[in-house]
Amino acid sequence: MKALAARRHHRFAPVVLLLLALLVTGGVYAAFAPSPASADSASTEDIETGQKLFQANCATCHGPSAEGSDTVPSLVGVGAAAVDFQVSTGRMPMQMEGPQAIQKPRQFDEEQTAQLAAYVASLGAGPAIPTDEQVDAALGDPSNGAAVFRTNCAMCHNAVGAGGALSEGKFAPPLWDTSERNIYQAMQTGPQSMPVFNDMNVTPDEKRDVIAYLIEQREGSAGGLDLGSLGPVSEGLWVWIVGMGLLIGAAVWIGAKSS
Amino acid sequence: MSTSTAGPAEATADYLDQRTGIAGAVKEFARKVFPDHWSFLLGEIALYSFVVLILSGFFLTMFFVPSMGLIEYHGEPATMNGQLMSEAFASTLHTSFEVRGGLLMRQIHHWSALLFMAAIVTHMMRVFFTGAFRKPRELNWMVGFLLMILGLAAGFTGYSLPDDVLSGNGLRITDGVVKSIPIIGSYMSYFIFGGEFPGEDIIPRLFTLHILVVPGLILALVALHLFFVVLHKHTQYPGGGRTNANVVGFPLFPVYVAKAGGFFFVVFGVIAAMGATMAINNVWNYGPYDPSPVSAGAQPDWYMLFLEGSLRLMPGQTEYVIAGYTLSLNILIPAVVIPGLLFTFLAVYPFLEAAVTKDKREHHVLDRPRNVPVRTGLGVAFLTAFIILALAGSNDLIATHFHLSINAITWVFRVLLFVGPVIAFWITKRICLGLQRKDRELVLHGHETGRIVRFAHGEYIEVHRPLDDQERWLRVNYTAHAPLEIEPATDSRGVRRKGYKKDRRLQRLSRFFYEDRVEPVTPSEVAASHSHGEHDALGAADDTHAVESGSAVGGGSHIVSPDDTGSTTH
Repeated sequence: MKALAARRHHRFAPVVLLLLALLVTGGVYAAFAPSPASADSASTEDIETGQKLFQANCATCHGPSAEGSDTVPSLVGVGAAAVDFQVSTGRMPMQMEGPQAIQKPRQFDEEQTAQLAAYVASLGAGPAIPTDEQVDAALGDPSNGAAVFRTNCAMCHNAVGAGGALSEGKFAPPLWDTSERNIYQAMQTGPQSMPVFNDMNVTPDEKRDVIAYLIEQREGSAGGLDLGSLGPVSEGLWVWIVGMGLLIGAAVWIGAKSS
Repeated sequence: MSTSTAGPAEATADYLDQRTGIAGAVKEFARKVFPDHWSFLLGEIALYSFVVLILSGFFLTMFFVPSMGLIEYHGEPATMNGQLMSEAFASTLHTSFEVRGGLLMRQIHHWSALLFMAAIVTHMMRVFFTGAFRKPRELNWMVGFLLMILGLAAGFTGYSLPDDVLSGNGLRITDGVVKSIPIIGSYMSYFIFGGEFPGEDIIPRLFTLHILVVPGLILALVALHLFFVVLHKHTQYPGGGRTNANVVGFPLFPVYVAKAGGFFFVVFGVIAAMGATMAINNVWNYGPYDPSPVSAGAQPDWYMLFLEGSLRLMPGQTEYVIAGYTLSLNILIPAVVIPGLLFTFLAVYPFLEAAVTKDKREHHVLDRPRNVPVRTGLGVAFLTAFIILALAGSNDLIATHFHLSINAITWVFRVLLFVGPVIAFWITKRICLGLQRKDRELVLHGHETGRIVRFAHGEYIEVHRPLDDQERWLRVNYTAHAPLEIEPATDSRGVRRKGYKKDRRLQRLSRFFYEDRVEPVTPSEVAASHSHGEHDALGAADDTHAVESGSAVGGGSHIVSPDDTGSTTH
């Protein structure tokens, strides 16, 4: 302490004190300041910002008050979950007309997405964004998920979620890279050609089981390279390319004149 | 006579020979000559993958339970734990996850099944395109054809055994196909499944077929097939010194024993490597069978894909209800009539060709595919139809992978199924005829050398190098069959001849086969072209490069545009 006291008249002392004061003030503010807005606790401010974003980016097609038109769906009552799914996967805003909206790099960051979701949720009651616990694969039962998936999802998305074709160029996308939250939201809101699996149909627990099943698939196949998990067609292709390819190569080698 | 000085090997051989007379057979077989060509090993791939099938299948039967009794499964994988399933499916999971090496054996078995069929089809293509089915081998073609059908049957029965959703879907299609047969269909379906589909009998029944009946028949027919090969001797490709009376190649012992024996291990190795590294038919992905679910991308193994495609292409409006009875042409045509036509073509083709050729000679030297343009064209047309159907069976995967509309793809294939084979036939036939003309050109005029020579009087010519004997033999040694000549409709007294109409039909077919043909170069044509060359040689005697003089028979270089040499020679 003596050393400190001896230097209290040092000419840099005020500077050091000032820096310390700033640090403390900043630290205290950071600790007590209100946390950033999230969709769960949407403030009026968020809704207003969301509305502005909506007017600037979405209203061209969905209409100034999201009422939709003959060809574009109304967003009244679709809920925050639908907005979060469409915007966070980059499907909305739509890049171009086509059989269906294509996934692409997202255009809005998380905060903006939350604000848009808050605005749309304020237009009418709809499914909310699921909590982390609702989509936690570790809490789900993959066995039950497999059964639910087989009965409800596999006819379009393939047995392990590798995707499949629908009519007229539409398709059920592969689910390898889809986030747990998005999988849940897709079941809740039924984007594009997908039917809605509401909580009466597939309960929230079953939805989590499905997520657990799909996450389990990402570990790959016990049998080796999964060849795209596309079933017998890719297996057939590979038996011709690898099997017959190597063996005809060997046959040419063996059949070549020994001289 | 055995002596005490003989080693144990000789002693054993002698012991056997005195009791079985085996020495004669060994002597005969060891000296059997096989010709050298890679395409003669395609059938061996099929044979060896069949051996692998038997070995791995034997292992699998130790653990498989052919029962449709329901049990609750406990164990790996987590996605199947606690689910209700048949004992067949549960034992498949048990084999895959609990039995040491079980999954490897399953994958080896399945890969070798796919390879077995692929090798059979490739072998069949080789036999078809080279005309190896001609007399005396028509019967062996039939045996081979039956082996292919039995291979399909083995694949189908085995594919269904694990009782997973995907194979169950296949059985459901089979059920539908059987039911589409008029009048007897529904009775047959109940007979096959022991009641309403799926019943509880089908897995045990398929099991018996798969491990006893079908492989037994295959084994017997393989023995017959190989016996015929030994009996007829092996065919050989055309070339100098190869005739119908000899076989040019290496003796079975030691050369072919080593080559073929080594090839077995190559085949086994490739299959084992595939089984160890590439997942196949992960039944736990599909789940235990239940008639309600169907997953996207539900297809059969590749050799059945043409049937799936045929069903996918058929418009559904062709189902009629007549007086309360349903006639399902939408299934009957694609699943019974179309495969029936395709297989009938394969089965009868050797007899058809023999009929329109009226060729009763034996053939041990193979055709070059170009020398029988219509056969080659028909073969390519057949393959085109088969491939279009297989692609149509994968239309959903084509749609997702190439971002196309599945409806558009289906329509394109509907049109292509009829147009594609015709176009493929026409193009192939024209290419064959073109190659034949090219051969004629080569035989008559020799190879272009690119050497341009100027004569003293200013004329330029390109020097052509004549073909050597081997090259020429290959190109001229074939028969270009002509359409059949038939006797007139009436005899000398104006009485209508019996069988004229049949002959007339055969003649029309024969014309289709042989109307367009390129005759092989005859010796007199070669001589004529050479004499042209000699004229040139005389004219250009002062230029030593123009002609390699002194080769009396085959040496005369033919020189381009020989007709105007006389007038320009100084």
